[in-house]
Amino acid sequence: MSIKIKNFVFLFIILLFVFWILNLTCYAQPVSSTDLIKHANSYDGKMMVYEGEVIGDVMRRGDFAWVNVSDGQNAMSIWMKSVFADEIKYMGSYKSIGDGLEITGIFNRACPEHGGDLDIHAQVVRKIGSGRLLNERPNIDKKNLAIILLGLLGLIWILSLLKRK
Amino acid sequence: MILKPRLEDIKIIGYYLGRIIIGLGLTMLIPVIVGIGFKEINPTLDFLIATEITLIFGLLFTRLFYTEKDLNWMQGMIVVSLTWLVAMVLGAIPLYLSGHWKSFLDTCFDTMSGFATTGLTLVQNLDHLSYTHNLWRHLIMFIGGQGIVIVALSLFVKGASGAFKMYVGEARDERILPNVVQTSRFIWLVSIVYLVLGTLALGVVGILDGMKPVNSFFHGACIFMAAFDTGGFAPQSQNILYYHSFVYEIVTITIMILGAINFKLHYHIWMGNRREIRKNIETITLFIAIMITFVITAVGLAQTGIYPRAIMLFRKGFYQLVSGHTGTGFQTIYATQFINDWNHLALFGIICAMALGGAVCSTTGAIKMLRIGIIFKALLEDTKRIILPEGAIIVQKFHHIKEVFLEDKAARAALMITLCYLVLYILGAIIGMFFGYPFLESLFESTSAAANVGLSCGITAVSMPAALKLTYIFQMWAGRLEFMSIFVLIGFFVAIIKGK
Repeated sequence: MSIKIKNFVFLFIILLFVFWILNLTCYAQPVSSTDLIKHANSYDGKMMVYEGEVIGDVMRRGDFAWVNVSDGQNAMSIWMKSVFADEIKYMGSYKSIGDGLEITGIFNRACPEHGGDLDIHAQVVRKIGSGRLLNERPNIDKKNLAIILLGLLGLIWILSLLKRK
Repeated sequence: MILKPRLEDIKIIGYYLGRIIIGLGLTMLIPVIVGIGFKEINPTLDFLIATEITLIFGLLFTRLFYTEKDLNWMQGMIVVSLTWLVAMVLGAIPLYLSGHWKSFLDTCFDTMSGFATTGLTLVQNLDHLSYTHNLWRHLIMFIGGQGIVIVALSLFVKGASGAFKMYVGEARDERILPNVVQTSRFIWLVSIVYLVLGTLALGVVGILDGMKPVNSFFHGACIFMAAFDTGGFAPQSQNILYYHSFVYEIVTITIMILGAINFKLHYHIWMGNRREIRKNIETITLFIAIMITFVITAVGLAQTGIYPRAIMLFRKGFYQLVSGHTGTGFQTIYATQFINDWNHLALFGIICAMALGGAVCSTTGAIKMLRIGIIFKALLEDTKRIILPEGAIIVQKFHHIKEVFLEDKAARAALMITLCYLVLYILGAIIGMFFGYPFLESLFESTSAAANVGLSCGITAVSMPAALKLTYIFQMWAGRLEFMSIFVLIGFFVAIIKGK
C-alpha cells in the first residue's frame, strides 16, 4: 500500500513539473527586436530566441559581458557570461561585419538587475555566422568628382584674386 | 506701404552669407582629418567633395556680392535665418554621399536636427556608420549649439557692428562681455574647456565599462558634444542604452545640465561668483520645474508599475525627464516604449519638461526658464495689484546676474515668445494628427521637434510622410531661432513680391 502511495506522489510531482514546463512558454522561433519591444509585456520573463549581428563593443563586466546584437531593425542588449563573449571575434562597425549569434535567454521588459533596461539574459549562445573585415575600395566616381571640384575651386579662387587686383 | 528690398540689401545679405558658408566649408576639414586618421577612404572623399562644393559657393557669394557695407537689423536677421537653411543643405552633402540615408530630404532632416541641436534622426544602419560621418553628425551639434553665426563671428569678424545683429538674430540677446565678438570667443572657450574635461571623463568611464580605448574616447567626444549642446545624437543606434552604465548616465546628466545653463552664468561661476547659482531666477526656476515635472512623471510611472525600484525610476524616469527638460533627447529606453510602457500622465510630464527647456543664452531650445520666471513674477505682481489697495506702489524685481526691475515690456516679450512656442507645438501636433497619428503622440513628437529636444515616441521614422518631415524641419528651425529672424525673412519675401 505504501509503495502505491509513493508511486502516486511521484507521478503527481512529475505531472506538476510537466505542467510548470508547459506554462513556462519558450519561443522556439527567433523573435524580431521590433516584436520584442512592441509586445514587451507579453514576452516579459519568458524564454525566447533572438538572432542578430554583434555590433559595437563587447563590454566586459566581471564574469559577464554586455553584447549589443542587431537584427537589422533594432539592436538588443544581451547580458551573457564571459565565456560566451570569448567566442565573439568580429563586432559590426564601418570596417567589419560582426559575428552572427543565436541567443536563447530570458527577456526582461524592465530588468530589475540592470536599472530597468530592456534586455535579454542569455542562457545559451550559439554562433551562427562568422563576421569578417570589410575591404574598403575607393569609389572612383567620388575620387574623380573630388579632383574636378578641386580644379574648379582653384580656378574660382584664382579668378577672385585677379578680380580683386 | 511696403518697400521693395534694394539690390544693395541682397548684395549685403549675399556677401555675409558667403563668408559664413566659407566658415562652414572650413569646419568640414575636421572630418577630413579624422577620416585620414582612421583610414576611411570613401568617407574622406565624401567630405572633400562637400568641402569643395561649400567653398565654391562661399567664394562665389563673397565675390559676386562683394561689399564693404555693414549689416542693418533686417539684413542681419535674414543672413541668420538663411544661414541655417543653407547650412542644412550643404551640411547634408557628405552624409548623403555615405548612403546611410534613404533620401536627400532625410539627410536634410538630420542636418537640421543636428544644427538645431534637436537629435531626431532618420539615419539607416547607424551601427555601421564611419567614424568620419559620425563625427560630423556630432560636430554639427557642437557648431549649432554655440550658433553657426557665432562660429563665423569668432573666426572672421573683427568688431563689425553688424555682428551684434546676427548674434541677436540667432536667439541670443545677452552679451557676456561688452563686445559681441569677445562674447562669442568666450562661449567657445567655455565649450572647448568642457569638451576636453567631458571627453576625458566619458572616455575613462567608457574604458572602465569595458569599451576599447579608441572607441571610448571617440564616443566620449561625440557624447559630450551631443550632451553639452543639448543635441541628443549618439554614435550607436541604441543611444545611451548602448553603454549600460549608471556612471555614464550620471556623467551625461551633469553635462546636460551644464549645457542648459546660461553662458553668462558660466562666466560668473568661472569668475568665482558661485552664489549666483543659488540666486539666479533661471536656476531657481529650472530646479522647481524639474522637480514638478518629475513628480508628474514619477506618479505616472508608479501607476504603470513598470519601474518598482528607486534606481529604475531614476535611470529611466528621471534620466528621460532631465534629457527632455534640458532639450538633449538622450534616451535609455526605446522610442516606442514611451507609448507601450508609459502611461499618459508620465508622457504629459515629459511633454511639459520638453516644452519648458533650459536657460536663455544656453544651447537649449524651447520657452526657457527666464521667460517662465518672468511670467510667474508678472502674474504675482498683477495678483498683488488686485489684492492691495489701489494707491499701493508695487515693485517686482528678479535676480538675473543683477537685481532687475520687472517692466511690462519684458513681461510682454516673454509672453509673446511663449505664445509663439505654444502655437508651434500645437501646430505640429495638429499636422501630425492629419496624418493619422494619435493626439498625445503627435504632441509629444511636435514638442520634441519645436523645442529642439529629440526624444521620440516612434513617429520619427523613414516611413513618415514627407510633409511631416518638412513640418518638423520647419519646427526645428523656427524653434532654434526663436521666431524673430524667420518672421523677418518671411516679411522680406513678402516685400519682394508686394513692395513698391
